[in-house]
Amino acid sequence: MKFSEQWLREWVDPPLDTKALVAQLTMAGIEVEAVEPVAAEFNGVVVGRVEAVEPHPQADRLRVCRVDVGADAPLTIVCGAANVAPGMCVPAALVGARLPGGLTISRAKLRGVESFGMLCSAKELGLAETSEGLLPLPACAKPGVDVRELLALDDVSLELSLTPNRSDCLGIAGIAREIAALNRIDMKTARAAEVPAAIDVAVKIEVATPEACPRYLGRVIRGIDPAAESPLWLRERLRRSGLRSLGPVVDVTNYLLLELGQPMHAFDLARIDGGIRVRQAENGETFTSLDGQTLALRDDMLVVANHQGVLALAGIIGGAQSAVNAETTSILLECAFFAPAAITGRARRLGLHTESSHRFERGVDPELQAQAMERATQLILDIAGGEAGPVVAAMNAEFLPCRSAVMLRAARLERLLGYRIPAAEVQDILVRLGMRVEAEGDGVWQVTPPSFRFDIAIEADLIEELARVHGYERLPSHRPSSRLEIRAHDAHLERVRRGRHLLADRGYQEVITYSFVDAGIQRLLDPVHESLALANPLAADIAVMRTSLWTGLIQAGLHNLKRQQARVRLFEYGRRYTGALRSDDESGAPLEQIKEEAIFAGIAIGTAYPEQWGLPGRGVDFYDVKADVDALLEDLGRGHACGFEAAMHPALHPGQSARILDSSAREIGWLGALHPETADALGFGQSVFVFELNLDTIESPKDPSFTELSKFPSVRRDLAIIVDECVTAAELDACVRDSAGNLLQGLHLFDIYRGKGVDSGKKSIALGLTLQDFSRTLTDVEVDALIEGVLKQLHIKLRATLRE
Amino acid sequence: MHELESIVAQAQSQIAEALDLKSLDLVRVQYLGKSGRITEFLKGLKALSDEERPRAGHAVNQAKQSVQQSIEARARALETAVLNERLAREAIDVTLPGRGRAGGGLHPVAMTMDRIEALFAQAGYEVARGPEIEDDFHNFEALNIPANHPARAMHDTFYFNSRTLLRTHTSPVQVRVMRERTPPLRVIAPGRVYRCDSDVTHTPMFHQVEGFMVDENVSFADLRGTLTDFLRAFFERDAAVRFRPSYFPFTEPSAEVDIACVICGGGGCRVCKHTGWIEIMGCGMIHPRVFANVGVDSERYTGFAFGLGVERMAMLRYGVNDLRLFFENDLRFLRQFN
Repeated sequence: MKFSEQWLREWVDPPLDTKALVAQLTMAGIEVEAVEPVAAEFNGVVVGRVEAVEPHPQADRLRVCRVDVGADAPLTIVCGAANVAPGMCVPAALVGARLPGGLTISRAKLRGVESFGMLCSAKELGLAETSEGLLPLPACAKPGVDVRELLALDDVSLELSLTPNRSDCLGIAGIAREIAALNRIDMKTARAAEVPAAIDVAVKIEVATPEACPRYLGRVIRGIDPAAESPLWLRERLRRSGLRSLGPVVDVTNYLLLELGQPMHAFDLARIDGGIRVRQAENGETFTSLDGQTLALRDDMLVVANHQGVLALAGIIGGAQSAVNAETTSILLECAFFAPAAITGRARRLGLHTESSHRFERGVDPELQAQAMERATQLILDIAGGEAGPVVAAMNAEFLPCRSAVMLRAARLERLLGYRIPAAEVQDILVRLGMRVEAEGDGVWQVTPPSFRFDIAIEADLIEELARVHGYERLPSHRPSSRLEIRAHDAHLERVRRGRHLLADRGYQEVITYSFVDAGIQRLLDPVHESLALANPLAADIAVMRTSLWTGLIQAGLHNLKRQQARVRLFEYGRRYTGALRSDDESGAPLEQIKEEAIFAGIAIGTAYPEQWGLPGRGVDFYDVKADVDALLEDLGRGHACGFEAAMHPALHPGQSARILDSSAREIGWLGALHPETADALGFGQSVFVFELNLDTIESPKDPSFTELSKFPSVRRDLAIIVDECVTAAELDACVRDSAGNLLQGLHLFDIYRGKGVDSGKKSIALGLTLQDFSRTLTDVEVDALIEGVLKQLHIKLRATLRE
Repeated sequence: MHELESIVAQAQSQIAEALDLKSLDLVRVQYLGKSGRITEFLKGLKALSDEERPRAGHAVNQAKQSVQQSIEARARALETAVLNERLAREAIDVTLPGRGRAGGGLHPVAMTMDRIEALFAQAGYEVARGPEIEDDFHNFEALNIPANHPARAMHDTFYFNSRTLLRTHTSPVQVRVMRERTPPLRVIAPGRVYRCDSDVTHTPMFHQVEGFMVDENVSFADLRGTLTDFLRAFFERDAAVRFRPSYFPFTEPSAEVDIACVICGGGGCRVCKHTGWIEIMGCGMIHPRVFANVGVDSERYTGFAFGLGVERMAMLRYGVNDLRLFFENDLRFLRQFN
């Protein structure tokens, strides 16, 4: 809602300057979003009456004008505008005038003729984006009068950002009403007088769905002058509201929309052909709107039709076929109340949003139509002439919105605000807001809101009104007193926090990538899970929900490699989304089969360490990243033994991918190098390592439990054994632990050797065993026997031999 | 006795000339060893008369002590020299960077959420979570936003089908918590939210923190006090905070909260659009219909709720001027927050 401050002040004029008024409105919940001058800065421009126009002796396109500017003698001004004519009043910029954009007018010779000023167009004065010819001023304007004064240009346009509940402020009158209440003053403007019917011409109006259209007024106006133009004051007001002038009839309906908040429509009477019928559209019915769009309608849309078809989408937009045009001499004016429920959502569904739909959706005052009709009639007759017929009303009072009384309790008011507003002020505020207030015993009122307040239905709504008008800033502010409770620690939150900090400390940079990703890239990385697809994605690369965090991480990795980052370590903590949606027609909870799992995921590309002096430069490898994953697992699943097993993953290198298992061998994540083909397809020219851990499946950390320390020394024995290449560290570890028994306190694999002295297809592995007993010092004999047993088992199970 | 003096002098000179502990030890043996030259004098004392012996004994002992002290002093000096030499040899360039260090860091939006959570945790707020793929009931209906409500136009919603959507705000968590639990409640719900909108000031995904408190006598004054405290703690300044009437379908009364511009201090700048104020969050008293929808008795309980945009808080706190940077994940940007 945008409008001229002067216009508003015609309705109510509080003793506040613009700044204070703007602040008052904003702090009352009517946010003023912008305050703009209605005209750019200029000066020295006065009304000039063109007395004579003569051709320029040297130039066909220029005219030499004699212009009365209220001075002793008329001025000679050379002008190039096509519409300049004797008798016309136009803006004349005198010598010394400054125009918008900084142009200063000086005496100038134009093709040999001296010119003492410049006649101006609307554009040159910054009053229009484009204009043809000089701006015609009213013929009655007095030469020499400052144009800023004449056009009242020392004005601002206020632009409101209204919340959807305040439809009553979608017109000047409503805003004025609000300001009157805020300032405890009265409004100035009186009700429009009735315009008696001069002719007995009427159009039959039938309403098939009275619940959707409880009131429909129609009135014929005949014999209007199609050549009439809207007066400057009307055009200026529309302009200051951001609307273009489109001829008197449309301008007047727009004017009423702005002034009273009542959308109106004018049909060309000659093109209605018969009566008006307000009804529901039929499915598949089509309609061509004013702006030339052909729309397919559905049966929940309300239309204004004749016997042939749809004339207008009720409360939304008129039709091209019956629109008023430059030849129109007779019109049918429509002024209706359409129920919000019959209008809401429909325009949006058609991709439309009009000033009219905006108001009807939110609620137009159902008592306003008669008044708006009279005012519009009078304005049209004044501007374009013609004769009005009687107002024909189709009305069904039982469907008009009924404002029921709302109980207001002083005690509740005080409890909700933490503050007592005196009873007298409560009554005064409510009455000034147009409510009917009846006291009902001590501290209880029955309050009936006015017809234009669609937003007041319960006690809390009244409490907000009271708080608002009393002033939020005058209400108290204090710290709550509350019942304190000591709750159990939120373990999940702590794990997430620790995990994030751990990865950051280990050199990973946290990223946040979109939850929706490119379906094609995701399919490369996770061909297994079906992704949940958005019905209305913004773009193809953010169209499906991620089933793996790798999709986003890989794109973030690529983004950084392309920006000359040699070493990229990124991690993200977030959710992945899997499962299937029930289709629309199935009953039951729609979310039942959707899983949102909490995932830690990371990506490592480039060098193992940032370039530096102290370490050999080499590329990151599997074990670098595994150390990070191990650290994360130790933290998130403290006290549980997790494992890694070689396993195939569609996105990973078959020889460098591991499924991560919990202590019961359930899958909790993956770690590996991207499959070289996948990496190439994505545009990586190097190895990429990724990991993903499902926090929801990692066992909760166990509290540590104390074990007694041994008082006896430990014994360390190192073994070098030779095994086949295919024997894994995990197998060796398990075998040694099984066979060594309880005395084994520590086991370390500290060397792997291949090459001279070891047959090909074999590897030599060095293991360090630490043995200790809790009750005595171990003897060499015992230890030797134990090691013997271990070697035997290693040989039996893994064909391991002691390296000579 | 002159002989003794000359021996001591010789010893002193040899001690001074000893360049390492080994040669110093040879000097010690030569003079103080079993058959050292001074030891010989001691042995020779037996041959002296009772009258001569004390005086001569005294002289020999003095000579022995003097040599011994010199040897010890020389030994200390040599040891110090050896140590100093070793220390000098072992000196390194301490300004070289530490080995293998590679610092990472947290995302500024995540850090901002951490900060908000920590501040509310001080006041006893617990953290709740809810699904991001939501149903119409929790995201709209229960929050008093029925189908076709104009407020739905403010939420450009991503849909999966007519009943399933990506949550447009974190408020559905409020619905879920209130349905499952009974007051008193003090909860915040941080998380991702989604709106079908993308331009300079909107990304289709962003973060919100929803918060609410429900108890028997929670008032609008409590709401003002809580949020004023929070904003001042968050921005670490005693800035003016104002509450302006507004509208949300799920609160009544509702308010927008403005804080005196944290960039210009209220004087007017580009960030606050020359108003001196920055709109920072929405809030209000929980609407009785929302209470009814979740089965809380609104006559017995009252409560407030608020919602804030995390990216906006992060932009203001860190001076970031472009929202989209948060989701480009450019390391050159992210490292600025480490």
